[in-house]
Amino acid sequence: MDLKEKLLSSYLILEDQLHIDTSLQDIKSDAIKLFKEKGFPSKKEEAWKYTSLNKVLKEDYNILAKQDTALEYSDVKKYFIHDIESYKLVFIDGKYSSHLSETTHDGIDVCLMSSALTKPKYKTVIDGYFNKAATQDSLPSLNTAFANEGAYIHIPKNKLVDKPIQIINFSTGNEAASMVQPRNLIVVEENAQVQIIERHQSLSSNAVLTNSVTEVFADKRAIVDIYKIQNDNATASLIDNTFIKQKDNSIASVHTFAFGGKLIRNNLNFYQNGEHIDSILKGVTILSDKQHVDHNTLVHHIEPNCESHQDYKGIFGDQSTGVFNGKIIVEKEAQKTNAFQSNNNILLSDKATVNTKPQLEIFADDVKCSHGCTIGQLDESAMFYMRSRGIPEKEAKALLMYAFSNNVLSSVRIPEIKQRITNIIAKKLGVNIGFDL
Amino acid sequence: MLKIKDLHASVEGKSILKGINLEVKAGEVHAIMGPNGAGKSTLASVVAGKEDYEVESGDIVLSDENLNELDAEERAHKGVFLSFQYPVEIPGVSVTNFIKTAINETRKAKGLEDMPAKDMLKLIREKSELLEIDRKFLSRSLNEGFSGGEKKRNEIFQMAMLEPKLAILDETDSGLDIDALRIVANGVNKLKSKDNAVVVITHYQRLLDYIVPDYVHVLYDGKIVKSGGKELAHELEEKGYDWIKEEVNA
Repeated sequence: MDLKEKLLSSYLILEDQLHIDTSLQDIKSDAIKLFKEKGFPSKKEEAWKYTSLNKVLKEDYNILAKQDTALEYSDVKKYFIHDIESYKLVFIDGKYSSHLSETTHDGIDVCLMSSALTKPKYKTVIDGYFNKAATQDSLPSLNTAFANEGAYIHIPKNKLVDKPIQIINFSTGNEAASMVQPRNLIVVEENAQVQIIERHQSLSSNAVLTNSVTEVFADKRAIVDIYKIQNDNATASLIDNTFIKQKDNSIASVHTFAFGGKLIRNNLNFYQNGEHIDSILKGVTILSDKQHVDHNTLVHHIEPNCESHQDYKGIFGDQSTGVFNGKIIVEKEAQKTNAFQSNNNILLSDKATVNTKPQLEIFADDVKCSHGCTIGQLDESAMFYMRSRGIPEKEAKALLMYAFSNNVLSSVRIPEIKQRITNIIAKKLGVNIGFDL
Repeated sequence: MLKIKDLHASVEGKSILKGINLEVKAGEVHAIMGPNGAGKSTLASVVAGKEDYEVESGDIVLSDENLNELDAEERAHKGVFLSFQYPVEIPGVSVTNFIKTAINETRKAKGLEDMPAKDMLKLIREKSELLEIDRKFLSRSLNEGFSGGEKKRNEIFQMAMLEPKLAILDETDSGLDIDALRIVANGVNKLKSKDNAVVVITHYQRLLDYIVPDYVHVLYDGKIVKSGGKELAHELEEKGYDWIKEEVNA
């Protein structure tokens, strides 16, 4: 039985166990129908031209986690940003771990999707927002059909969340191969602010496939910062589908740090439903071995006077492959749009490849749009300069690469995250220097 | 301190240095002058260990240690410093952190601990004052958007921080106005001691009014064709290089 058939039959089992109201049931059955019709995306589709899921899909994944597994905090502490206070939503093999989590209902809701989908008090928010940003594509639809757990975050008007929220999904490897589909909903009301850190972490070398969907709604004047740390094992693959809808004067940023995993596909979509919106998409990718990362971004400028800023840096070693596919749509009404996109890449080996493709569809006539992409090698003259000052080759290389990604790091607003990323980069580059730049 | 013996070097099969002999003793200042294309910058790069150049024969010896097989960073650890004619811009790395890394990597190579932050700051303050460098300048990205004069001052600042045994100043005077030239030369003079040596590579005599050489060598077509005292520099300034070429070709 191939994965698609397995998923379709698993859905039938799941459907019987669901205790949700009919409107949600309808959403789910429509979603599974859509997945059944479309199936997994193939390289024939333009948006998947450079990323093949074939290898990832051939594993015999366990779809519905059979048992609860406990983890001790001390064993997994290193995957948390643990030197700051934070709310924590921790999931183990797709199931909520109350032991490792720290939720709240005090003025804000930082809790579970499973509760939100079933308890009447969340009904208004769920009805208003659940599946209202996700597109009708096959992978988000597949997630919608199976969605029963994940983060539910609701920040009411004028609330500034006092500490970041960490969402961490662990896979324990209880099964030889497992597929998880976390579903997050983040609703940030008018003039509210929140910072979110998201991580997927496999704890074994068994195969893991994550197909996650995160929907974010930033109301007027809301500020939302999301940090995605993707530094997983070489046997873990991630398809991250994130949809962000913004209203007037809101600012939303997503920083994606893609350092590890077998295959990572980031579908990151911003929709600007209002004026004076700022959307910020930044990424640092550092790959080695045969890793593959594909950043597929969309910024949809729908109304006038908005901005978007995209800056992705990639460093590719060994036989790793990278893709950047950045689409910007500026609608006819979206005059005075400022849209910037830049994608710079360094290839460290002859066998590494990167495909970068800006796609601009501009229907307005009074806009500023710029895009630029570069693919190059490390600057040899800079290498000699540094070495002539006593900095050894490996360290000089590392310093240059760190400097290359530094303007993405410099916009990280939580110092502990920046420090953590810096440490991961140093480890990844095999050097022991502080990069105290 | 530095002994260069019958050094032949080429780049991409093209022979550039064709038998250089040079001895520089501790406490001395040597100037290497010569027309464009004579091989002056190549000599500097070869001594500093640039890999683009192939050393075909001959030896470069620093304090009785042969440098031929050493990487650029190992030569730096042994005390070689090259002030670049065209310092490289490195966006994202500040002057301070670059020099900190350079110093600590050099210490690491010598088996020493990192320099304590307090001492580092003190040293940076001291040496930046010597070169009249503004504190704000130190937090800027290395050489990025620096004027010609700022770049050269920054080179000598790095030299002051690293305290090399042998400093090679490659066309340090090019692009400098008279005030900057004075500051740079003053910096170099203050760093001079009986234990280190300076090799000044220049096309013009101007810098040598400030950094006064003990010996002047003329490099032409990959060889040192004439050596003398500081008066040779004046003669070259007056007469140009043609008479040297004629002498050699005769």
